[in-house]
Amino acid sequence: MNEEKIRQELEDKFSYLKDAVNIKRKGRIFAHVPLGEFNTVFAYAVEKMGFLALSAITGLDRGDGVFEVIYHLNKEGRVLLNLSVMLNKGNPEVNTVTSYCPSADIYERELMDLLGIKVNGLAPGHRYPLTDDWPQGEYPLRKDWKGIIPNKK
Amino acid sequence: MHESGDVKIPIGPQHPALKEPESFLISLRGEKITASSVRLGYNHRGIEKACEERTYTQGLYLIERICGICSHSHSTCFVQAVEEIAGLEVPARAKYIRTLIAELERMHSHLLWLGVAGHEIGFDTLLMYTWRDREVVMDLLAALTGNRVNYGINTIGGVRRDISSKQKEEILRAMDILEDRTKYYIDLAKGEATLIKRLQGVGILSHEDAKKLDAVGPTARASGIERDVRKDDPYAAYAELDFKVVSVNNCDVYGRTLVRLGELMESFNLARQVVRKIPEGPILAKPPRKIPAGEVVSRYEAPRGEDLHYVRSNGTEKPDRVKVRAPTLANIQSVSKMLEDRYLADMPIVIAAIDPCFSCTDRLVALRDAESEKKNTVAWETVRLKGIEWHKNRGTDFTSLNKKLTRLFQHA
Repeated sequence: MNEEKIRQELEDKFSYLKDAVNIKRKGRIFAHVPLGEFNTVFAYAVEKMGFLALSAITGLDRGDGVFEVIYHLNKEGRVLLNLSVMLNKGNPEVNTVTSYCPSADIYERELMDLLGIKVNGLAPGHRYPLTDDWPQGEYPLRKDWKGIIPNKK
Repeated sequence: MHESGDVKIPIGPQHPALKEPESFLISLRGEKITASSVRLGYNHRGIEKACEERTYTQGLYLIERICGICSHSHSTCFVQAVEEIAGLEVPARAKYIRTLIAELERMHSHLLWLGVAGHEIGFDTLLMYTWRDREVVMDLLAALTGNRVNYGINTIGGVRRDISSKQKEEILRAMDILEDRTKYYIDLAKGEATLIKRLQGVGILSHEDAKKLDAVGPTARASGIERDVRKDDPYAAYAELDFKVVSVNNCDVYGRTLVRLGELMESFNLARQVVRKIPEGPILAKPPRKIPAGEVVSRYEAPRGEDLHYVRSNGTEKPDRVKVRAPTLANIQSVSKMLEDRYLADMPIVIAAIDPCFSCTDRLVALRDAESEKKNTVAWETVRLKGIEWHKNRGTDFTSLNKKLTRLFQHA
């Protein structure tokens, strides 16, 4: 299945992805998915299109009150499908994808720690990568985060 | 799942069996491990955040310092991303030099691993031998780049140093020495009964589990997953070079040893091909000062597996986001599976077998005084007191010991 076919399949299956799928080069497909439809598209890519491996999840602060989460899925190590979803900074929430890709666990914990994104349905576990006594409400990867004052006791 | 009736043993963050800080919680029933969990983050240095506040070139030097072993992996992965966004055509000679350094790095990393593996199973002679041989590569890297680690060979648009014909000869000579020695290690791995018995059937990761948990690199290839970014998504000069992806179906630590030994032999061949085929020409294309807006996912086959960088630019001289997914982060999730139902004594070699690199995995946060904007304001004494406090909360009180020590010093 080449990149063009993948794009076609996504656009045919999901009308809202029309013109939202972008082939940047060989082996690199980017697609913006509406938040409400994300779980459906993600499940379809994993279960029906063979994007069985999750390479990573990137979270980023776009700086305009919007967070973006990009799921880098790959198919047999050759083609990367990067599905991104936009979240409102005021209430950033995504559902866990660990039921499809167990390896998502650590990347989702990173989203929680560094950006303060709530991941619904994630099993309890150690936080990552910040320390257990990291102050609440401090999210280093947010653009407005400029550091914290050390405790001078 | 940790169950209440089992004995729980914390291993780390500081432990003689671990080479870097990480913390494992092991549940035991008798000598057998029933459950394990890992806590990472002790090496978190905030490099991703720091990159957002630096120019691409400054960021490159920072990225190179994510890891002391596979520094070239990270820097190449990063420059490839930036070059792709900028639409820069890197000269062929530079691509070959990048490939050469990459393979030399793989050699020293795999030899280092073989030594560590030997050490973890009480075979310290192997450690002495392989680390002696590793010096051949380290000397070569120092001669070619000026440094044993953090080579600083990459720059946006190409490489910073060319290789001379005299250096080419030195490379070929070194490859002959290393190939000879690696053949001996392969014989050893295939014939030495104690080594085979200690490694076979230990740290099993089935083909299905490796796939499910998205293992990468030699860890995946030892479980029969023939996946290698150099072949699947060629970068640098790999598309023009001839090599095979080494994979076995042993699914255990022994298989991981065979894969790495096989890869060493492939790396020697790759280095020879680079020396033979390297084209003449410039080594650097001038990059623009400002990188246009865009986003790129760059991949690289590091010695430990696939390294992945996501870079988003916003049209300025600084990136908007740099995300690093090092291979250990992908592999560490398989460790719990490998430890399941195994003996506690197997733990050091099982962990070592994925060749973990937690510096890569974790990447900080520098504490900054918001009033004076001064960095590194935490004094050593503060850290010490914090440590004492932390241990006190966990039930270990050093107060009386401290008093004794103070008295002793006063007396002296």
